Amino acid sequence: MNADQAAEAQVVAENLVKRFGSFVAVDNVSFRIARGEIMGFLGPNGAGKSTIIRVLCGLLRPSAGRAIVAGIDVTRDPEGVRERIGYMSQKFSLYRDLTVEENLKFFGGIYRVPRAELRERMRFAIDMAGLAGREHAIVATLAGGWQQRLALGCAVLHRPPILFLDEPTSGVEPASRRRFWELIHTLAADGVSILVSTHYMDEAEYCDRAALINQGRLIALDSPAALRRTALGGELLLVECDALGPALDALTQAPGVIDCSVFGSALHVLVADAEQGRRELPAFLASRGLSASRVERIAPSLEDVFVQLIAADTTKRREAA
Amino acid sequence: MKLRRVKAIAAKEVLQIWRDPRSLMIALLLPFTQMFLFGYGVNLDLKHIPTCTFDREGSQQSQDLFKRFQASNYFAITRNVDSYGALVAAIDRADCKIAVVVPPDFSERLNDVGTTSVQAILDATDDNTANIAIGYATAVVQGYSSDVQLAWLDRQGETLQQVQPLVVQSRVWFNEDLESRNFIIPGLVAVIMALVGAQLTSLTIAREWERGTMELLISTPVRKSEVMVGKLAPYLVLGWIDAAFCLAMAGLWFGVPFRGTLLTLFVTTTLFLAVVLSIGYLLSVLIPNQAGASQVALLVTMIPTVLLSGYVFPIDQMPWFIQQITYLIYSRYYVTIIKAVFLKGSGIPELALPILFLTIYATAVVVLALRAFRKRLD
Amino acid sequence: MSEPHPPIVAAEGVTKRFADVVAVNDLSFTVSRGEIFGLVGPDGAGKTATMRMLAGVMQPEQGRIVIDGIDVVADPEEAKQHISYMPQRFGLYEDLTVDENIRFYADLFEVPPDVRAQRAERLLAASGMSQFRGRLAGQLSGGMKQKLGLTCALVHTPQILLLDEPTTGVDPVSRRDFWRILYGLREEGVTILISTAYLDEAERCNRLALLHAGRVLYCDTPAALKRRMPGALIAISSPAGRQVQELVARAPGVRNVILVGDGVHAVVDDADRRIAELRAALERAGLPYDQIGVAEASIEDVFVALLEDDGASG
Repeated sequence: MNADQAAEAQVVAENLVKRFGSFVAVDNVSFRIARGEIMGFLGPNGAGKSTIIRVLCGLLRPSAGRAIVAGIDVTRDPEGVRERIGYMSQKFSLYRDLTVEENLKFFGGIYRVPRAELRERMRFAIDMAGLAGREHAIVATLAGGWQQRLALGCAVLHRPPILFLDEPTSGVEPASRRRFWELIHTLAADGVSILVSTHYMDEAEYCDRAALINQGRLIALDSPAALRRTALGGELLLVECDALGPALDALTQAPGVIDCSVFGSALHVLVADAEQGRRELPAFLASRGLSASRVERIAPSLEDVFVQLIAADTTKRREAA
Repeated sequence: MKLRRVKAIAAKEVLQIWRDPRSLMIALLLPFTQMFLFGYGVNLDLKHIPTCTFDREGSQQSQDLFKRFQASNYFAITRNVDSYGALVAAIDRADCKIAVVVPPDFSERLNDVGTTSVQAILDATDDNTANIAIGYATAVVQGYSSDVQLAWLDRQGETLQQVQPLVVQSRVWFNEDLESRNFIIPGLVAVIMALVGAQLTSLTIAREWERGTMELLISTPVRKSEVMVGKLAPYLVLGWIDAAFCLAMAGLWFGVPFRGTLLTLFVTTTLFLAVVLSIGYLLSVLIPNQAGASQVALLVTMIPTVLLSGYVFPIDQMPWFIQQITYLIYSRYYVTIIKAVFLKGSGIPELALPILFLTIYATAVVVLALRAFRKRLD
Repeated sequence: MSEPHPPIVAAEGVTKRFADVVAVNDLSFTVSRGEIFGLVGPDGAGKTATMRMLAGVMQPEQGRIVIDGIDVVADPEEAKQHISYMPQRFGLYEDLTVDENIRFYADLFEVPPDVRAQRAERLLAASGMSQFRGRLAGQLSGGMKQKLGLTCALVHTPQILLLDEPTTGVDPVSRRDFWRILYGLREEGVTILISTAYLDEAERCNRLALLHAGRVLYCDTPAALKRRMPGALIAISSPAGRQVQELVARAPGVRNVILVGDGVHAVVDDADRRIAELRAALERAGLPYDQIGVAEASIEDVFVALLEDDGASG
């Protein structure tokens, strides 16, 4: 990021650390989010994604490091931060026994949206969520996807420049999830910086940049395309053959093969050079009495990438110790 | 029933009890503190009732009367007043609970006519105490009165027999000192065991639901009876330990006389434990969250046992309707049994009826608990 | 997979209602011996309810479930002897150690102690958990808890394994270990039914049933499912993602288009024709692009497309 972009950075985290007793939940995490950028936080449960978000929202004090959100130092003025952000927590936190409209009014009041604006903002939120005509429906009666979109609406009533969404698409249907992401893109187009955490690895595709978090550490931070190109350390081949077990054993020792694993009814083989692999592997298998019906290059999933990155990280830490 | 599975369930329960400080506190600390607090705290006897005297005559006889009050264990003269105003003030200030007033013509009338009266003024805000105090005061005065009569008869040359044909000679059986403690503390043991027993087991099934382990458990071939026996066994052992502790404390620490046999105590206590533990288990099955189950367990055991089991309030003094209801209070039978074993030395044959009721109760609760627990989520 | 196997699990017309909601709606499928079968679908599709009915801890209102020749609805306790169920919510005793948990479940199934010791050692080694035997289960990471759960489910060598969303939220390395164990079991002839909300995990199964709103939308191998994709998926990589998306959304023959990190994915009716048209359109509009071509549809793409075809969408 150059100086101009840094000046534009809406969210800055510098060497953030958060400890709970002796447990280090967030371990020296640094990143910046620019205006209008969608940053994805990926990682399994317990990786520290929610903790980082809560620190950025001023809900938790960092044990070390700095966090600056919308120009405000989070540790010094947590209340000030809250007025500039919208937050959707992991556990759905709208009031299920109130109606759509009542929820919006409530959050409008909490965020002190000026009365003159509130009507218009509520309209905006309702349209965004697709709930026009259902303003008086009790939230508990809405399906998951609708509730999520409503929660998003409540989070943007006060036009915050920054949004923190903690696993907003958990438990939501794929079609609803896509609709949700479309909304996020629309908001980002208006200049809102958005941090979204998720444990669906493939949702990284929707982000401008993805941060991979594992056990409190930031393992990687780049655009999804770049991650897939560079982080894997090789190219991925799909090999279909009849005897998976023996083929797996054989290929693990084949030249140019970095790693090999079963995937469904086929094998995924990580090779240094895909073209070379495509040429040589069928012959190699044949020499062991096995035949491959298909050998093709495939694009690695972000999960493949993540696995490799963790492995590399673990080795690095072991060597450093 | 496969013993292996029962043992597995019991072993797991033991480990979980051991590692849960709350369970351990209920099991070990609670009975001890309850025995201690209530054993010393609850005492229906009245001794050394603060008394004040108003001697309006100031004669030898009036002083004699007051000396008798002082000599009795039941009264302790705290002040002498010299006016009604001061007397009322003393009672208001709770300096005394009873005031004894001797009239100015006391000895004169005693010597002449032979009858006079002594006034007793009481603070009856606690009317139970007041009633008892009156009784004691009357006794003291009666004693004095008899002596006066004897002296008078002596002077007339008559003998006691002719004037007082009937004398009541009372013998108190089983609790000679009429120490209220001797009948309260055995009953207290029953209350504590009822409370603690149900509390312990009320959490066991609810805990599995709350922690999410129940779904997996019911998907295995384990049987409902195996679950129940396996889970209750460790609590039975804990119950024995608690009961032994409380009963020992009753006998050795509080000095309640023990005239029965340990065997009777063991058999009857085991039966009672079976009932209370099963009640807790049943509640745990019906209420699948720990907080709710333990609260309901408290309500269902504490209030009925304290009020309706005969622990402090005698059942035969209750209205007939309520008396019939007490047949449903399981702790009633154990209270009866425990008092009988301690103070009367009763054995199993004498206690056949309460034992029978307890057995019926235990069977009923166990059957209910087994039926209520379903290996299903819906 | 070449010779036909008799179905070891069969569900026929299974229906289950909760209050007004029909969670499972006339569901039918069969599973052959020795396959990994996926029940795939988003939350609320009825996966957990179905798994619970298969495990005998819930009764369907209508329908039949037969596992290894036993009618699960009529005789659930008998069926439980033959299956091993790993519910979504752990089922582990957090206040017991790894070893104590394994021992407990082994005892419930009356596994002889020496067999248990042997199996436990092998399974723990395969999951990389041998050095955690004495640790309290509550102190394990999410991934390790899942592997422990699987170990407990496997210690009595079941022939049929029912796993309800075992990899949700688990770290990728543990997920990989987990699947490696499952593949190993498949080699041994164990039949595995696994439910998942991760549509991409569907690809790891031999066959799968795609569920939506309690019904089976589709049931076949992953490859066949992808061939069933209505239309084709095109990927356009471009730095001007949003403008490209707007343009493509208006173009003819485009069923839907979504923005992805480095461009746009669009489902079109005829790949060759539309690729040519879109290329021309992009050039006319002066929008930069790096690549435009057919991409392999993911299971999720297929799912969404099938649903839209169905006319059902949320």
